[in-house]
Amino acid sequence: MTKKINSFSLKFDTDWQYAAAPESSEHVEIKDKYDLFIGSKFVQPKSKKYFETINPSNEEVISKVAEANGSDVDAAVSAARKAFPKWSKLPAKERAKYIFRIARLIQERAREFAVIESMDGGKPIKEARDIDIPLAAAHFFYYAGWADKLEYAFPHRKVEPLGVAGQIIPWNFPLLMAAWKIAPALACGNTVVLKPAETTPLTAMKLAELIQDAGLPDGVVNIITGAGQTGAALVEHPDIDKIAFTGSTEVGKIIQKAIAGTKKKATLELGGKSANIIFEDAAIDQAVEGVINGIFFNQGHVCCAGSRLFVQESIKEEVERKLKARLETLIVGDPLDKNTDVGAINSKKQLETIEAYLKIGEKEGLESFQVKSKLPKKGYYCHPTLFFDVAQSSRLAQEEIFGPVLAIQTFRTVDEAIEKANNTPYGLSAGVWTDKGSKAFNLSVQLKAGVVWANTFNKFDPTSPFGGYKESGFGREGGLQGLEGYLKVE
Amino acid sequence: MSSLKYDISRSPSIDQLGLIERANKFKTRSIKKEAKIEGLKLALNMIDLTTLEGKDTEGKVKQLCYKASHLHESMDVPNVAAVCVYPNMVAIAKKALGDSGVKVASVATAFPSGMSNLDVKLADTKMAVDAGADEIDMVISRGKFHQGEYDFVFDEIAKVKEACGNARLKVILETGELGTPDQVRRASDLAIHAGADFIKTSTGKISPAATMPITLLMLEAIRDHYYTTGKMVGMKPAGGISDAKTALQYLVMLRETLGQAWMSNEWFRFGASRLANDVLMQLAKQESGAYQSADYFSKD
Repeated sequence: MTKKINSFSLKFDTDWQYAAAPESSEHVEIKDKYDLFIGSKFVQPKSKKYFETINPSNEEVISKVAEANGSDVDAAVSAARKAFPKWSKLPAKERAKYIFRIARLIQERAREFAVIESMDGGKPIKEARDIDIPLAAAHFFYYAGWADKLEYAFPHRKVEPLGVAGQIIPWNFPLLMAAWKIAPALACGNTVVLKPAETTPLTAMKLAELIQDAGLPDGVVNIITGAGQTGAALVEHPDIDKIAFTGSTEVGKIIQKAIAGTKKKATLELGGKSANIIFEDAAIDQAVEGVINGIFFNQGHVCCAGSRLFVQESIKEEVERKLKARLETLIVGDPLDKNTDVGAINSKKQLETIEAYLKIGEKEGLESFQVKSKLPKKGYYCHPTLFFDVAQSSRLAQEEIFGPVLAIQTFRTVDEAIEKANNTPYGLSAGVWTDKGSKAFNLSVQLKAGVVWANTFNKFDPTSPFGGYKESGFGREGGLQGLEGYLKVE
Repeated sequence: MSSLKYDISRSPSIDQLGLIERANKFKTRSIKKEAKIEGLKLALNMIDLTTLEGKDTEGKVKQLCYKASHLHESMDVPNVAAVCVYPNMVAIAKKALGDSGVKVASVATAFPSGMSNLDVKLADTKMAVDAGADEIDMVISRGKFHQGEYDFVFDEIAKVKEACGNARLKVILETGELGTPDQVRRASDLAIHAGADFIKTSTGKISPAATMPITLLMLEAIRDHYYTTGKMVGMKPAGGISDAKTALQYLVMLRETLGQAWMSNEWFRFGASRLANDVLMQLAKQESGAYQSADYFSKD
């Protein structure tokens, strides 16, 4: 039980309500069916199979996409292999021009991409519009700039592209993850076969159209759709030089076993259970806002989500009261409404996973908090949820939920905060909230996480490397460091 | 400094970047259709229609008062909350407004600089109150605040509050002269503890005047005070809010920071001279579907 300071509470169910502000989807072009993008052409799958992709906000089928089988994967890898010699020998500044062109076309079509990203994945249009799509373009711009400067990135060393990269991306930031993967690979002179997640293939297929329009040489980028088996076929394909995977730790481990003893290089960006730590000297209101952003951004479908909150005991009540009040003003619902803060859960399966964790919390007897706002009748939705006084041994504190669920824990001393924050198999990110610079710097060294944010959270930039410690994976994406994963450096 | 009336070290620190980021988020709320009309009417009803010029005349103040109680002849719009004038204009405004329900607010305490002694400030306040002012907008001594003489600033506010009698006291911090968000938070807390009924950002004579981040942190100070004492304090951003869109963004911020209880002119005011006309123009547009010429709206 949390102690109540007093009963004074604010009422956010105001007379003045915001009217619906739906973003139009009329300008968006989505085909009934998408084939595989191999050798710069859209080709029917040899499997002859297609699967449906649905809108998680209303469970309606949006389109069908091809399911690539082993021979389809083989065709895609062959196309990439065939394109490699010419592409890798192209003057670097010419490669850069192609990548710049992709970046500019994404900007030109940003609105369409944003709406499709929101429809196919359930994320709020506000986030797709302001974060996913602009950042995707920014990654292409950034790595286009590196293409003819690789020798300067690794002075006095010889760099060469690896060859064909097999890239498997998740459903939480579909276009952005495609950009994270494709942009550095191309800049370094590799060719790629990319597989988007089965629940969110549409922006990748729109990207395929865009790449076709950009006039990239045939086979430099190939995009194939399918589920786990397609991914497995790609990983196991003998002519792949590099696997870049972003997804669950579970699948990451399978991939590592599959490529053990082969020539394949890998970068894996996996799960997380990241800690936000608030010290009593922090700017509390800004910290609370950062925590909210850290866990409810993209419905908590963020590998580096701040899903554990450590609050110094002296400010526990104040922080918890403010978190609860903040939940009252989060708008949960139709992702295409411009005022929506928390959209739809990406899939039925993921909703079931999250709900199972909510039950675990209940079973453990944890106190929780939700604002029971009205949700749309159809679609997959989950109320943002806080769990209080979560023990370090609780499954809610240990396992990645990948949903809008925050486990709140407390600490007394700096050392205790560090120990608890590091006491996890993961190590992707961490947030430190303090007014003391020295404390922030100390923690940035002590916390075993790929990214440590001080007095902010979930800040992404193409110039900044991103990646994990421990079971959150290895290799870095973004920045100068992101080039290394696509080069032989001698 | 052990006998502090308000210990400013009790005020929480503010992270400026986080504050700005949060304030900017309110701007992304899309306010359309009936929400827009309702919001605009609410904003109109929260305006302290202001004239604070050396060249103010009886005629000017009377015109302003007429406007305050007859904003637009053909549209169904509420009155503004108050007119805000110098102390020597209070009696004229009071008479001109009659029983319209529009309140008279008067600046006082050697507005805008506050560079005078307490006796003069109290006399200034009394003069306005005696002439019938419903509300007093005082300025704090920013110089003393910067010198660390917090008790001095506290006492001035407390004494002016006493001199106000039944009039409500708005305390102007002049945030544009305080330097940092941390200082604004300290001044807000100090003013609230000293007895302010409202805290107000600016005189309108200094740039920057009201901004969304600064108003947000003042709203948060009000919220924290409410959380610990259950007592409500009002908020008045003033200066620089001149268009309807900005006013709606402030209302969004108010709604999502303090909620229902503050959503009336009892607890929130816009100090503005030009805002009313833009809001009227937007309301007319919502009703007719087209923008009308600015010349259809009286410029006073």
